[in-house]
Amino acid sequence: MRGMTNYSDMQDGDLASLGRSRPLSLWQLFWVFTWLALQGFGGVLAVVQRELVDKRRWLSREEFVEEWAVAQVLPGANVVNLSLMLGDRYFGWRGGLTALAGLLTFPVLIVLVLAVLLAGVSDQPQVQGALRGMSAVAAGMIVAVGLKLLPSLKTNVLPAAAQWALIALTFIAIAWLRIPLIWVLAGLGGLAGVWAYHLLGQPPRVGGQGGDGNTGPGPAQPAGPGA
Amino acid sequence: MMTITLTAADWAALLLHFLSLSLLAIGGAISTLPDMHRILVDDHHWLLDSQFSASVALAQAAPGPNVLFVALLGWNVGLNASGAAAGSALAWVYGLAGMGLAMLGVLMPSTTLTLVASRWAHHNRELRSVRAFKQGMAPVVLALLVATGWILALNLGKTLDHWPLWLLSVASAVVVWRTRLHLLWLLGAGAVLGWFGLV
Repeated sequence: MRGMTNYSDMQDGDLASLGRSRPLSLWQLFWVFTWLALQGFGGVLAVVQRELVDKRRWLSREEFVEEWAVAQVLPGANVVNLSLMLGDRYFGWRGGLTALAGLLTFPVLIVLVLAVLLAGVSDQPQVQGALRGMSAVAAGMIVAVGLKLLPSLKTNVLPAAAQWALIALTFIAIAWLRIPLIWVLAGLGGLAGVWAYHLLGQPPRVGGQGGDGNTGPGPAQPAGPGA
Repeated sequence: MMTITLTAADWAALLLHFLSLSLLAIGGAISTLPDMHRILVDDHHWLLDSQFSASVALAQAAPGPNVLFVALLGWNVGLNASGAAAGSALAWVYGLAGMGLAMLGVLMPSTTLTLVASRWAHHNRELRSVRAFKQGMAPVVLALLVATGWILALNLGKTLDHWPLWLLSVASAVVVWRTRLHLLWLLGAGAVLGWFGLV
């Protein structure tokens, strides 16, 4: 799976013109999700972003954030939801299940084998230390995903100042005050949603509006990956 | 290692408990961790406290989504119910049965809801309300990612003498953010530093 397939000759002119790509078969979908799950120590999200957005370009940053927002508010493991949604988008429910199977099959086998093998040695200080070091790296990787996706806010309809305020308030609520996630999503997310609803109802202004800098007029609504 | 007896009703109860927790897992399966602990360890005594903690730690360290800790919890309940030595055929059968029920329970309701809801959202993606939801939520979920990483890093150690760990987290955040270095190199470096007690 290491070699990148060249998709530049694909027929889907829409996607190709956007520099975008898509999985060509269920089989490819399965192995892509298997490969990214196997790289995902301490969580798969960082790898999902890197593989699907940066490398394979199945999604733009903006699409990724939007899908992630949906995956985040629905119950269940977020990455499981995201895989299911993407697979379903490309190949219907068979695609959803295929992506899910890719995400889970080999990791389940590996974690079982590890559980059996490590039953005796897991309390050794070196093993504990290695796990601790990997956890610290994994924590940093998740922060990095958030930072890498920041430019996606340029096309957001909310004013830049409001976006930064939302980011700061969310961080404080979760990391410092430890307010349960559901309240943060319902409160801050709900408030921002109502505001965005109001702004989206206004005619698009000419000249940059909102975003982290200079953006085009009005929010561009990217077509979904399967559209 | 502990030995327990599970009746058919108990196996069904195991499945039902996970089914009922599935739709409560807003923000990820990990958010139901306290409930799972209460059910499996405190209420039913199907798992030892140490088995519970080890399952979570191992699933975090292994490659794959974090929800794998549920597979290990089910696996360990099955092992305990088998009464056989770990690694024996009987233990594998019981372990796999427990794992299968736990994963089926935790995944089925949420995946069904996700399919239905995400299809609806995609079908209606031009609706003002759907666009407003996604755009309003975007800054919040990005900040959530940063906050999650922050909490995970602090959970590794809150006192000042853990500064090498924090430095490692910050360094890996910057490297992943700014470079295209393969993530496995970073994880490998973290493992080596930890193995030799440097972080």
